[in-house]
Amino acid sequence: MTAPLLDVRGLKKHFPIAKGLFHRVTGHVRAVDDVSFTVQEGEALGLVGESGCGKTTTARCILRAIDPTEGSILYRMRDDSVVDLAPMSVGELGPLRKEIQMIFQDPFGSLNPRMTLFDNVGEPLLVNGMRRRRERMDRVAELLRLVGLRPEFMHRFPHAFSGGQRQRIGIARALATGPRLVVADEPVSALDVSVQAQVLNLLLELQSRLRLTFLFVAHDLSVVRHICDRVAVMYVGQLVELAPTDAVFRRPRHPYTAALMRAVPVPDPRVPGSDAILKGEVPSPASPPSGCYFHPRCMFAEERCRQDAPLLQEVTPGHFARCHFAGELQLGTGQAA
Amino acid sequence: MPPIPTVTDPLLRVRDLRVSFRLDEGTVRAVDGVSFDVFPGQVVGIVGESGCGKSVTMRAVLQLIDPPGRITGGEILYRRGATPIDLTRLSPRGRLMRDLRGAEIALIPQEPMAAFSPVHTVGAQIIEAIMLHERVGRDEARARTVELFRDVGISMAESRIDAYSWQLSGGLRQRAMIAMALSCKPRLLIADEPTTAIDVTTQAQILALLRELQRKYDTAIIFITHDLGVIAQMANYVVVMYLGRIMEEGPVDEIFHAPLHPYTRALLRSIPSLNSETRTVLPVIAGALPHPFNRPPGCPFHPRCGDILGDRCATAVPALHALGPRRAVSCFLHSELAEPA
Ligand SMILES: Nc1ncnc2c1ncn2[C@@H]1O[C@H](COP(=O)(O)OP(=O)(O)O)[C@@H](O)[C@H]1O
Ligand SMILES: Nc1ncnc2c1ncn2[C@@H]1O[C@H](COP(=O)(O)OP(=O)(O)O)[C@@H](O)[C@H]1O
Ligand code: SF4
Ligand SMILES: [Mg+2]
Ligand SMILES: [Mg+2]
Repeated sequence: MTAPLLDVRGLKKHFPIAKGLFHRVTGHVRAVDDVSFTVQEGEALGLVGESGCGKTTTARCILRAIDPTEGSILYRMRDDSVVDLAPMSVGELGPLRKEIQMIFQDPFGSLNPRMTLFDNVGEPLLVNGMRRRRERMDRVAELLRLVGLRPEFMHRFPHAFSGGQRQRIGIARALATGPRLVVADEPVSALDVSVQAQVLNLLLELQSRLRLTFLFVAHDLSVVRHICDRVAVMYVGQLVELAPTDAVFRRPRHPYTAALMRAVPVPDPRVPGSDAILKGEVPSPASPPSGCYFHPRCMFAEERCRQDAPLLQEVTPGHFARCHFAGELQLGTGQAA
Repeated sequence: MPPIPTVTDPLLRVRDLRVSFRLDEGTVRAVDGVSFDVFPGQVVGIVGESGCGKSVTMRAVLQLIDPPGRITGGEILYRRGATPIDLTRLSPRGRLMRDLRGAEIALIPQEPMAAFSPVHTVGAQIIEAIMLHERVGRDEARARTVELFRDVGISMAESRIDAYSWQLSGGLRQRAMIAMALSCKPRLLIADEPTTAIDVTTQAQILALLRELQRKYDTAIIFITHDLGVIAQMANYVVVMYLGRIMEEGPVDEIFHAPLHPYTRALLRSIPSLNSETRTVLPVIAGALPHPFNRPPGCPFHPRCGDILGDRCATAVPALHALGPRRAVSCFLHSELAEPA
């Protein structure tokens, strides 16, 4: 078997908390704290959790928008050699940038309002050495067609487009350099349901057509259910569950995952809302709770949970959960129709 | 023999409401003939995609439409005492409208951050509102505010009322906003996408809270959202809007289990579900929402409709046709009734 396209091992990102006149470091925000997972080529891995759990920070480390504190980010090149992105300098990363691209939640933030679609989508091509304008125009036209936009739109500015169209433009830009790995950070969270469905279908189609590999960050589990082959659930900087999508939705093994599922409102008035609502908020990763980080909000917590931190254990083949009782709990998802 | 049901009068009755924005590029008909009723103690859900006129409808009810916007037609009848008042005839800045706003009809706005002043504590703003509307002293208003904070599930209420809105997390800020809206015991609460910007878990907490408070105070609520899951869990009665018009309205169970309008049916099909299969193509609504300046002639939905009947849909505007006391649809599949040309 070939190595995974992406192999993240023991990834940590700790932001220093600086206080006072001399910016003395008084502690650390452990935004990502020892996270490991792999993504096979052609696979879509979903990364979910409430806001503040460390999803974006994980994504930004992999894209090397920020420097990881510790750990390795192994990436398999086209010739099957494996490189570690974690310690690379800006210069070393240069040629790799076109391999890994990002789609953002707010497509507007990632597009330059003063540039036409041709310049916005064509910029990564220019940066990667496609000097001839004619050639770039052909490629931009092809990209726009790929994402379902008319090539004539190339001479317009982003503000002329709706939210869904802007997200398509953002996708075209991300695909310009022919990446193999696409990191999408909440790409449909800001869109209406009907537009969401169109963009999700587009991503599915592009993935199979271009054999893309996706790391798909989302807080919406129903979206992840639709797009991803496997799901990784994050809580306070750690993975608490990692498993094939079907397995997680059939039988979650971590109480946090089950709680996230129960929180999704069922679009059927005959299915009553769950009474077991997750209370409180995500604790600060600067001072996480003792033992299991989830124990203050967990309805199954026992004395042991306050003391000992559970390890990520393999409950059934390929299904991992970080809970002392992962093998025993029968968790409801509240979604039965 | 079962008793003959007594029909209570609606608290709010909106009839053929029209609101336009006159801009240099053209006129936007943001609300184009909207009618619905809100009964006491009922939760009416208004659902529709961004830009379909949900917020503008609510701002019209509160008489908060600023130029270049203008109410160009219709009635908004609010029942107070025996005779209903037509709010469209009141001066937006007049005494009566100001009394109604806040004291009887309260709004939880889409942007809670903008609703609180950053230079005053959250508590101070609620205390002022209570003192103004209820004519009580500061101490009593403060005690009431602490109690309200407890009601909406804010722990450490005594100290939290002295916080500024920007010091609170998104979930706490939304709870404080609900406390503010409830501070004068409104008869009608308008919640404009109160959970759109927050996590599902916090959303579930806020929805449970609103349900509980609704039962406790028996307040009527108009709940606006683009999320059909939220509507299913919150509303008794649902109004589906598209491009400033009502496509269909009815009891929540009928909207979800016996939808009539092609738009409602298409919306329901396009929701990704937790029970669906991985990597299956979602049914979508063809095309895109037209730009506000380019309203199609005929049925607003006809360019995207899968059940289009031909010329009639493209030329005449279907009227909202009542199928029963609490059920209406505007579609030629169900009624020949058209708006006057
Ligand atoms: N640049 C930063 N400096 C300090 N703390 C940060 C920084 N970026 C993120 N954090 C903190 O790291 C945690 C994880 O944030 P993030 O990765 O954005 O979470 P998510 O994407 O899951 O919402 C949060 O507590 C956040 O406040
Ligand atoms: N201040 C304004 N000026 C011009 N157009 C406006 C203004 N406010 C709203 N509109 C237009 O009115 C329509 C309805 O808007 P809105 O009620 O905010 O939609 P929703 O709340 O359903 O997303 C939109 O087309 C919007 O562009
Ligand atoms: S009126 Fe015609 S176009 Fe409009 S929704 Fe009904 S069938 Fe479709
Ligand atoms: Mg994030
Ligand atoms: Mg709105």
